[in-house]
Amino acid sequence: MNRVPHHPILGDEPPAKEVQIFVDGRPVAAREGEMIAAALIANGIFKFRYTPHAHKPRGVYCAIGRCTDCVMTVDGVPNIRTCITQVRDGMRVDTQHGMGAWQKGDGHDPN
Amino acid sequence: MTQTDLAIVGAGPAGLCAAIEAKRAGADVLLIDENARPGGQLFKQIHKFFGSRAHKAGTRGMNIGTELLDQTRELGINVWLGSEVLGLQNGHDLWVVRNRVQTEMVRAKKIILATGATENALAFPGWELPGVMGAGAAQTLINVSRVLPGRRVVTVGSGNVGVIVSYQLLQAGAEVAAIVEALPALGGYGVHTAKVRRAGVPFYTSHTVRRAIGAERVEAVELVALDASFKQVPGTERVLGADTLCLATGLTPLTELAWLAGCKFDFVPALGGHLPIHDCAMRTTQKDIFVAGDIAGVEEASTAMEEGRLAGVNAAADLGYLTEAEARARSSEIWESLNALRSGCFGSKRREAKDYMLRKGKEVIA
Amino acid sequence: MSGSLKKTGAPSLEELAASPAFPSEEQFKRGPVAVIECVEEIPCNPCESSCPRGVIRVGEPITNLPVIDLDGCVACGACVAACPGLAIYIKDYTYGPDTASISFPYEYLPLPKAGDVVEVVDRYGGTVCKGTVLKVRSPKAYDRTAVVTVEYPKEFFYEAISMKRLAC
Repeated sequence: MNRVPHHPILGDEPPAKEVQIFVDGRPVAAREGEMIAAALIANGIFKFRYTPHAHKPRGVYCAIGRCTDCVMTVDGVPNIRTCITQVRDGMRVDTQHGMGAWQKGDGHDPN
Repeated sequence: MTQTDLAIVGAGPAGLCAAIEAKRAGADVLLIDENARPGGQLFKQIHKFFGSRAHKAGTRGMNIGTELLDQTRELGINVWLGSEVLGLQNGHDLWVVRNRVQTEMVRAKKIILATGATENALAFPGWELPGVMGAGAAQTLINVSRVLPGRRVVTVGSGNVGVIVSYQLLQAGAEVAAIVEALPALGGYGVHTAKVRRAGVPFYTSHTVRRAIGAERVEAVELVALDASFKQVPGTERVLGADTLCLATGLTPLTELAWLAGCKFDFVPALGGHLPIHDCAMRTTQKDIFVAGDIAGVEEASTAMEEGRLAGVNAAADLGYLTEAEARARSSEIWESLNALRSGCFGSKRREAKDYMLRKGKEVIA
Repeated sequence: MSGSLKKTGAPSLEELAASPAFPSEEQFKRGPVAVIECVEEIPCNPCESSCPRGVIRVGEPITNLPVIDLDGCVACGACVAACPGLAIYIKDYTYGPDTASISFPYEYLPLPKAGDVVEVVDRYGGTVCKGTVLKVRSPKAYDRTAVVTVEYPKEFFYEAISMKRLAC
């Protein structure tokens, strides 16, 4: 586990509700309100996607939503920046291959 | 369409301080930020700030952030989070997309752009491996998310960012195997370097990273010495085991909206590159658009806060909420503070660069 | 600027001796003294207002290096916690017949406890000797900068600067 429960300046990690996300189908414990990328790193997952042509792994680079290196397919929607998207109980987070694909049946209705 | 006196893009230290000043003066303020939480990079700064005691020195950045948010709430400032400003036209109209799905148009009489800066990258073989990240990224992960990006880190860049983040990595429980600096002398404050040196972290001056090694993640980092012309010296390669490589190689202002708005720019390398030309009121070449913080030149949180105040005061004065005399008095107080922050052996270079920019601003802005 | 500080990260004794606050050998040997290892002119003055006796002076401009009136210093340690650069410590050459003491800022976990035997390190992080923790103070006013006091053999008086971090 890569969490920092006790920190000399930040103090003890405040209690948070545990939520469950599914990473490539596997249940992973996360803290309510945290970013997807943080939950993955906390659980030892550092490879988030593979590039379209050379199939090389990529992970977090900027961590503030600027570079898009950390994108994954979330709840069927590809290219979601995991560093600035909060987890939700039951969320499906999938390793993205290349540009990803929209999954049928997960109507993403902006209205 | 939402109408407002003043729209501020970016709720980091500059944007927050601008909003507080303008709202106090009586203006109707809309503060817009793309993140889930306001504060910009402030909440990652868990160390005590330097500067003058009168201006929050000795207080941890994260606690300054909490104070600013409290003031924002007390004043009832309207804050839109999760809101990205994707367009700026006619000098007054902002296209905002909220929560990725909802378009909003905002018409503002005055606009302050306080969009900050982004970390520079350094390219070398293996730079795309998971485990290579910006120093700011590591700082976000350890201080905001409270997760360790790795256990053994090499930091490239010995400016204040690289050294402070290295110290904070130690505090979070990681090891720092080396801090690498291309120049023959270290860049950050001596008190920062001394802190990590006595924790046993070695500095390698006149060195750079040659490559990051690993199959699917960083496993080792190869350093190499540089000669006086910054050429790699064959035979001086050295491999350090590491799972994380933090790049602290400078920041570049995020100026897209200023470009879109038609602001004129100048190139000022000492402050991060292409900057929107501005004057001593933080006004750009577009008369109703101001800038504040790192977008106007990469400096520190303390200068960002003061520039935010300056922009807020002058925007409020333009709108008629402050008299010219009040604005002049407040501005001159803020300028005293900015000049103090831009002094000494490190600050004076920034002072020179800002003075150049202000001269340019005076020339070019009506 | 060149020299040890900008190459190795740590100031050399020469660089320190050239700064106004660094005590002379005679001052060091008189009793507990606060030592401010601040050799660069940066805008910073919390040390000045942290001293309850007003013996630290920065003045204007705030880039001035601090100066301490060592005769007025009672070694209370408030400045040790207040310095944003963690550049201040207190040394007492006269602590015991064979031992000296140092009180330094410490911002890591776990914190040591009184009675612990720790490794005393120099400015390069190298162990110089073992020391015994006398006390650890971390009141709210210090805002999470603990001040740790360690007793150690007098012969390592000048080199000692801090302690090696404890394993978690």
